[in-house]
Amino acid sequence: MEKFEKFKGLVLPLDRPNVDTDAIIPKQYLKSIKRSGFGPNLFDDWRYLDPGEPGMDHSKRRINPNFVLNRERYQGAQIFLARENFGCGSSREHAPWALLDYGFRVIIAPSFADIFFNNCFKNGILPIVLNAGVVDKLFQEAEQPGYSLAIDLPEQTITTPGGEVMTFDVDDFRKHCLLHGLDDIDLTLQYRDEIEAYEKNRKKQAPWLFGNPV
Amino acid sequence: MSAKTLYDKLWQQHVVRESEDGTCLLYIDRHLVHEVTSPQAFEGMRLAGRSLWRGNANLAVPDHNVPTIDRDKGIVDPVSRLQVETLDRNCVDFGIQEFAMNDPRQGIVHVIGPEQGATLPGMTVVCGDSHTSTHGAFAALAFGIGTSEVEHVMATQCLLQKKSRSMLVRVDGRLQQGVSAKDVVLAIICRIGTAGGTGYTLEFAGDVMQALSMEGRMTVCNMTIEAGARAGMVAVDDATLEYVQGRPFAPRGELWDRAVNVWLGLHSDDDAVFDATVEIDANMLEPQVTWGTSPEMVVAVGDVVPDPAQEPDATRRNGMEQALRYMDLQPGTAISDIVLDKVFIGSCTNSRIEDLRQAAAIIKGRKVAGNIRQVLVVPGSGLIKRQAEAEGIDKVFKQAGFEWREPGCSMCLAMNADRLQPGERCASTSNRSFEGRQGQGGRTHLVSPAMAAAAAIAGHFVDIRELN
Repeated sequence: MEKFEKFKGLVLPLDRPNVDTDAIIPKQYLKSIKRSGFGPNLFDDWRYLDPGEPGMDHSKRRINPNFVLNRERYQGAQIFLARENFGCGSSREHAPWALLDYGFRVIIAPSFADIFFNNCFKNGILPIVLNAGVVDKLFQEAEQPGYSLAIDLPEQTITTPGGEVMTFDVDDFRKHCLLHGLDDIDLTLQYRDEIEAYEKNRKKQAPWLFGNPV
Repeated sequence: MSAKTLYDKLWQQHVVRESEDGTCLLYIDRHLVHEVTSPQAFEGMRLAGRSLWRGNANLAVPDHNVPTIDRDKGIVDPVSRLQVETLDRNCVDFGIQEFAMNDPRQGIVHVIGPEQGATLPGMTVVCGDSHTSTHGAFAALAFGIGTSEVEHVMATQCLLQKKSRSMLVRVDGRLQQGVSAKDVVLAIICRIGTAGGTGYTLEFAGDVMQALSMEGRMTVCNMTIEAGARAGMVAVDDATLEYVQGRPFAPRGELWDRAVNVWLGLHSDDDAVFDATVEIDANMLEPQVTWGTSPEMVVAVGDVVPDPAQEPDATRRNGMEQALRYMDLQPGTAISDIVLDKVFIGSCTNSRIEDLRQAAAIIKGRKVAGNIRQVLVVPGSGLIKRQAEAEGIDKVFKQAGFEWREPGCSMCLAMNADRLQPGERCASTSNRSFEGRQGQGGRTHLVSPAMAAAAAIAGHFVDIRELN
């Protein structure tokens, strides 16, 4: 996983609540057995006017000029501004993969669905929860062309173009993993002995949990 | 010692270690695997040169991509076929038991886990699928995970988790005839909202939950995620034990007796404290129908499509307007005036034998309405299909003009060939009414199996309480 460093990025606002992971990456692209290449199909149903299938040349499809992702002024955006309950529905990690592949590193919303929120951290995306009033204000400010925010994870701050500094919360362990680009499987395997000890004890208490399939 | 919730008990039994900040290494007893969210995890294991921590904790089945017709011809779509073949190969390479596509035990992962007894009370159960909450019906701590966590479980048999808050959902009273578990859970989602359970683990209790069959409890727990909560659960009682006993993976003999002793303690203590409590009066509950693109957009069958103008919150109003545009519905339209094109009976929410029986009971001797282009009945597993055929239920469906298919996820998410065409409107027993969920441009109304079957006969929604 890539290390998360401080950066300043263009903000793209998507003004609708309860955006689900089916919308973020439709099901037909979940047939891929790879982890990459989902960027061209991010928000596929909203982004293109014609139906898409895996294996198509997506650059030749008819784009929906009204969808925010297709507007010239938001090209190169790295910060995604969303409404409440972003990423609800399916657990598909293809959703953060698609956002990352497109270029987003930060998502700001008043609330996220739990599984999606967790999946973001596993892929080097920082999801930031701000209160609904602050998010509302950001939506208004993001109407200014070129609106960018500076994100400082070590300091846990967001700085607006006007110089306003906001702080945000992030779980210490997740912050540590993001900053160092850590693979948490390696971290867990440091505790191999403890897992084995737990298993040994548990096998005595509840042997039926360790039975072989019939 | 202070009183504990069921969730507290399950959590504590599975903590391997706890860090100072409260992050726990949680031991996972059962890992269910399907073809869509596992290939990248297996690939990650290979690249890192890792092996499975405990092979027999895993059970795999292809379900999302499999065709529900002409199985003998294999999978026609090459991309789907590659994904299913990749699962087959990974299971061989890593030594995981798999019920492959043509195995009679194949089915939807959340149907076959309980059916095989691979889901047991007191377990932690995870799967790369948000509807893993289904297994909570067995007093298990069961939740969906992403592919990175799938790999983490494969390699370590653990997950890094922080404990969530607890919410008690009490459903008391008695359900009217024709009102089912699906209506209960849709009413719960309506009450707490699609994000109301975010950050919580739910426990469902009360007269109605106790009276529900295990199939009904699975339906309720299945849609916990549609209320925002990753996990929902129900305490162990006689119904739980009766369902589990004799299943292929369940303990037998002396081990069964020992297990039962432990399992009978899997309930919240009388004076346990929850962070939140929601109470629902089941006596007044009517059959439910969703009208919008989120499962929280739901009303009773006797109601009308709501008017966004009445919604004071701007973001919610905006969401309602977008939903009505997508669904091509006008505020004030009676739900019973909504005319349908297709009907889908299936999914991990409602494809078990009881669901099929309820649907068949409604249609006996009747025929599908002229305006309905297709009715799909997709059993949850090969064994359910066989059981239904032994009971003659398949004939009831076929005589009514319904299509009787092979088991899989099918048109719940339309990853295989079963899907809505743009603009088509469907009564569906599945779990999500999102835009495009059942096919691009398709419009989904979530209902119970009996309501779906009745709608297929009438061509529009009807109150099944008025049919008999």
